[in-house]
Amino acid sequence: MERGSRIAVLMRDITKRFPGVVANDHINLTVYAGEIHALLGENGAGKSTLMNILYGLYQPDEGEIFIWGKKVKIRSPKDALKLGIGMVHQHFKLIDSLSVAENLALILREYKFLVPLNEIKRRVLELSKKYGLDIDPEAKIWQLSAGERQRIEILKVLIHGARILILDEPTTVLTPIEKEKLFKILRHMANEGHAILFITHKLEEVMELSDRVTVLRHGKVVATLETRSTNPRELAKLMIGRDILAPNEITTTSPKIVRERKIPVLEVRDLYVLNDKGFLSVKGVSFSVYPGEVFGIAGIAGHGQRELIEAILGLRKIQKGSVVLLGAEVTNSSPRHIMEKGVAYIPEDRIRTGVVPDLSVVENLILKNYWRKPFSGKLFLNMSLIDRWADDLISKYRIMTLDRKAPVKLLSGGNIQRVILARELSGNPRLIIASHPTYGLDIAATEQVHDLLIDQRNRGVAILLVSEDPEEILKLSDRIAVMFEGRFIGTSDADKISLEDIYLMMSGVRE
Amino acid sequence: MGISLRIERRAYAPLWLRIGIPLLSVLLSLMIAALMFHLEGIDPLTAYRIIFLSSFGSPKGLSYSVVKMIPLLLCGVGLILAFKANVWNIGAEGQIIVGAIAATWVALFLVPNAPSYVVIPLMFIMGFLAGGLWALIAGILRGKFNVNEVIVTLMMNHIASKITEYLIYGPWMGKTTWGFPESDPFSESAHLPLIPGTYIHYPTLIIAVIAALLSAVLLSYTKPGYEMKVLGLNPEAARYAGISYVRTIALVMFLSGGLAGIAGVGEVAGLHHRLRYPWAISSGYGYTAMLVAWLSRLNCLVAIPVSFLLGALLVGGDAIQISLNLSVNIVYIFNGLILLCLAGGEVLTRYRVRLRRE
Repeated sequence: MERGSRIAVLMRDITKRFPGVVANDHINLTVYAGEIHALLGENGAGKSTLMNILYGLYQPDEGEIFIWGKKVKIRSPKDALKLGIGMVHQHFKLIDSLSVAENLALILREYKFLVPLNEIKRRVLELSKKYGLDIDPEAKIWQLSAGERQRIEILKVLIHGARILILDEPTTVLTPIEKEKLFKILRHMANEGHAILFITHKLEEVMELSDRVTVLRHGKVVATLETRSTNPRELAKLMIGRDILAPNEITTTSPKIVRERKIPVLEVRDLYVLNDKGFLSVKGVSFSVYPGEVFGIAGIAGHGQRELIEAILGLRKIQKGSVVLLGAEVTNSSPRHIMEKGVAYIPEDRIRTGVVPDLSVVENLILKNYWRKPFSGKLFLNMSLIDRWADDLISKYRIMTLDRKAPVKLLSGGNIQRVILARELSGNPRLIIASHPTYGLDIAATEQVHDLLIDQRNRGVAILLVSEDPEEILKLSDRIAVMFEGRFIGTSDADKISLEDIYLMMSGVRE
Repeated sequence: MGISLRIERRAYAPLWLRIGIPLLSVLLSLMIAALMFHLEGIDPLTAYRIIFLSSFGSPKGLSYSVVKMIPLLLCGVGLILAFKANVWNIGAEGQIIVGAIAATWVALFLVPNAPSYVVIPLMFIMGFLAGGLWALIAGILRGKFNVNEVIVTLMMNHIASKITEYLIYGPWMGKTTWGFPESDPFSESAHLPLIPGTYIHYPTLIIAVIAALLSAVLLSYTKPGYEMKVLGLNPEAARYAGISYVRTIALVMFLSGGLAGIAGVGEVAGLHHRLRYPWAISSGYGYTAMLVAWLSRLNCLVAIPVSFLLGALLVGGDAIQISLNLSVNIVYIFNGLILLCLAGGEVLTRYRVRLRRE
């Protein structure tokens, strides 16, 4: 990107208010043609809102937008597309059973006119070649990987002639190799004069990909910097306003445990589990977790981790193999029976599995033990005791809510996670199974979760951690396994393995 | 330069809105219905005056409204319980009828010569059990085999109707009824006492109100109530919490059907004093009760005034049908209009419309 390039996007004094919060507070943002500009900030800082305004999904309460120097009003995504602004969403909007070309035909018909399929196929191949997208127009969507689907989303906006691209957390669903490919494509597009904006909370990506970065905090712009003049630590400080330790400065946060004399809390032996489609997704997994240790399973989501955990918890049928908890066989036992043995579960899908969104905070807190004395008698719930206990948990875990009767769905992601943690950890578990526990959480909430887990570990609780974030695994775990396509392809002590090794194994590369 | 219209989600709905919108919706529906009356050649004001007088405007009218309120409240509360657990009991009609059959059996065959204080409690108990068991069949099919309860309960309504027809044309046809398809009349001791000067069979009314109160307590303060709510809102979380799917659904269906069964006892022992044609007994209460449950926003206490208001509406509908010689379908249209406007208005409590000058 050269100095003196045209300004593609100028957002001036953009303000957007929602009930109770100012999502964007007089934000100024400038993006040049040929630039890759990162929008960095914690969850709730206002990044998505700002981009939604640019894309026409929201209208700003105050402020102006200039595209290529002309003042515009973007009333809807249609307007945005007409102006050459395209958004690549986190959740792909593609129809599985149709082919690439057919999906594009559907979309184009909405915005332009009837375009013959052959013409589309030709354009796909042309653009695909130009930007290295590698897309086969005849391929059916259901056959394609997340990375390929994302590239189709990029193709969608390019076919509309978009010169300004917005990407929302683009690497969440990508393998490291796909991520590299995406970065190459984006760099190529920038060199061709496109202006690229991407939202992220991952510092490494900002450093690797962007030319400039704007940091948002609480709806305001904290800084706009040239990427090469800053570093991850400074960016992190700007994001949260205080200093934190970079992940790779922490080696092991615990004393070494003597494992030889202890009985494992959890033993999984040669487990085979089917997924929802009826195919084997766990193919002979064996491991043990000892008290006072964190066993981390790294791996891209979708390689059998979810099925493995559900099987251990009694939520999914075990086809072959066994699970032993505290010396007792619990293969295919009921969830309640397994919970009663002292197992806590922090599910990856907070809203769907972890809580009942329409019920109140207190009603969610008692989900696991409402049936026990003293929370209830034969028939009646002991409401006064429950209320007091809930208030205690709310303050102890710093759950931010108006009051305990507020429905959980009104809480932010971080607070919902605190509710789940409060509920699960308050039962003094022997084993905690945490599945992607910090997914979608901001730095402060992430640290709180990590601190809680380490604290439990230090008290002698066994922890099974599943995460897609190798840095998180490395930071917290004592022993690590990498899961790929239903099997463990590498198990090691945490201090004997490097971040690169984990990354490689997550992509299937064996030692 | 133009005006833009945008629809935004509300964060919460203030109280004045939650009360104001339904009222305005009813007003709107009344205006549309007025148009409908006008097109039928009827002066809308006359129609409304009749409706109002017949249901609210006189002590007699009020008492008729209460009579209709009783089965609506009982079934309505039963449906609130079911709907809270996400179980769609469309079978209240049939459960009413089955309760009526049970009451008839008690009154005519089990203890025909017993005094009131034996017959009446027995009728209510058997009616509750009959309705409960009838609904339980659908509940178990749903719980164990995941059979859609909408279809099962709906079909069982027809079965209940046909059983009744079989009985009143066959073995239970009255010896004293000159060939009419009815059972023999109940003896005096099986007549539910009425509030003097009215047709209000107050034991059923008392049971109905108590049922509403107990159900409210059940949902808010008891273990089974909690389990029903969790199961209804998030079955996955319920499974994780160890809540028994089969047991909770079975319980909720049993209670739901049992309450409807009691309504059936009330109708047959309080009003008709004999078993007769099924529709004459259930009169669509089982379906109208769904309106009660929905309008009450699944709140058992709110169901008490709502069932009264809907009862008044039904009385008004009957009245204009008779005095204005209207087809019964007009009344259905009228009721449907109100429901439609209420449903449409409800959207406004969740979203707001913003007009902007550009």
